[in-house]
Amino acid sequence: MAKQLYWEDVEVDSEVTPLPKVATSLMLVKWAGASGDMNPLHYDNSFAGGQGVGKPIVHGALKRQWLIQLMTDWIGEEGFLKKFSCQYRAMDYPRAMKTMTEPEEGETWQCKGKVTKKYVEDGEHYVDCNIWVENEKSEVTTPGRATAILPSKG
Amino acid sequence: MLPEEVTKFIGQVSGTSIFEVEKEVIRRFADAVDDSNPLYWDEEYAKKSKYGAIIAPPGFISSPWFSNRPTKWPKRGTTASDATAGLRPALANAGLGRGLDGRMEYEFFAPVRAGDTITAETKITDIIEREGSTGRLAFLITETTYTNQNGEVVAKARATSIHR
Repeated sequence: MAKQLYWEDVEVDSEVTPLPKVATSLMLVKWAGASGDMNPLHYDNSFAGGQGVGKPIVHGALKRQWLIQLMTDWIGEEGFLKKFSCQYRAMDYPRAMKTMTEPEEGETWQCKGKVTKKYVEDGEHYVDCNIWVENEKSEVTTPGRATAILPSKG
Repeated sequence: MLPEEVTKFIGQVSGTSIFEVEKEVIRRFADAVDDSNPLYWDEEYAKKSKYGAIIAPPGFISSPWFSNRPTKWPKRGTTASDATAGLRPALANAGLGRGLDGRMEYEFFAPVRAGDTITAETKITDIIEREGSTGRLAFLITETTYTNQNGEVVAKARATSIHR
């Protein structure tokens, strides 16, 4: 795991450590089972076509969890994620599987973030961030915001 | 104008669920995200951390497993109100039967540990009609409060879904 981040280590415009993710049809199946989101929009070609999205799409909530991981990885064990929000603005399509464990070549998504504000309130040290998921064309499909409490060196 | 058959659900509690947070379920969830944070996986590591136990990733508690329980097991979890059973057909009748997740907002107050029992109460906060680029849309906003076995509120969530 990375070295613990402290409030004193970040400034406005500091970058959150980027987190790459690859959505595959396998990941979507795992996510459906693990979260209980059984919407056929995410696994059934015919149903997805009928809903007007073309092919099965990545669950919005899975992208939400990617962005939550973006923050929890960056703030470390001593940090606390206080607020989080994201919008599922554009659709993402998973890579197909080539073997039982390997996906086809294809898209990699990047989860990124940037500090917009740092402040102290009621003795806690906060950072606000803009966060987002970018597809391979660098389009933002899932924008969001997060607020975290960071430990302070005092 | 949204029909009264839809708008009558505004302000209603759509369901209450009670669920147990378990280690293997946390691991499976973390695996699906491809998140190898040892706090979610390694009990020895987690016990030595400030949490003292394996914790669930923030957002784990929103899993539909914990809310969309069939009503034939009312004792174990979901008390599904009229709102749960009635709202989707009402939206379909109004020509708004296709839904997509739009947005999620959280405020987190306390960690959720393996071994906790969480009660989640969801209220239908609002249903708003809008004109979208492809036609009429309804935004369904629900708010859920999550409380643990000690009566502490661990999180609040506000979810928006878009119906067309």
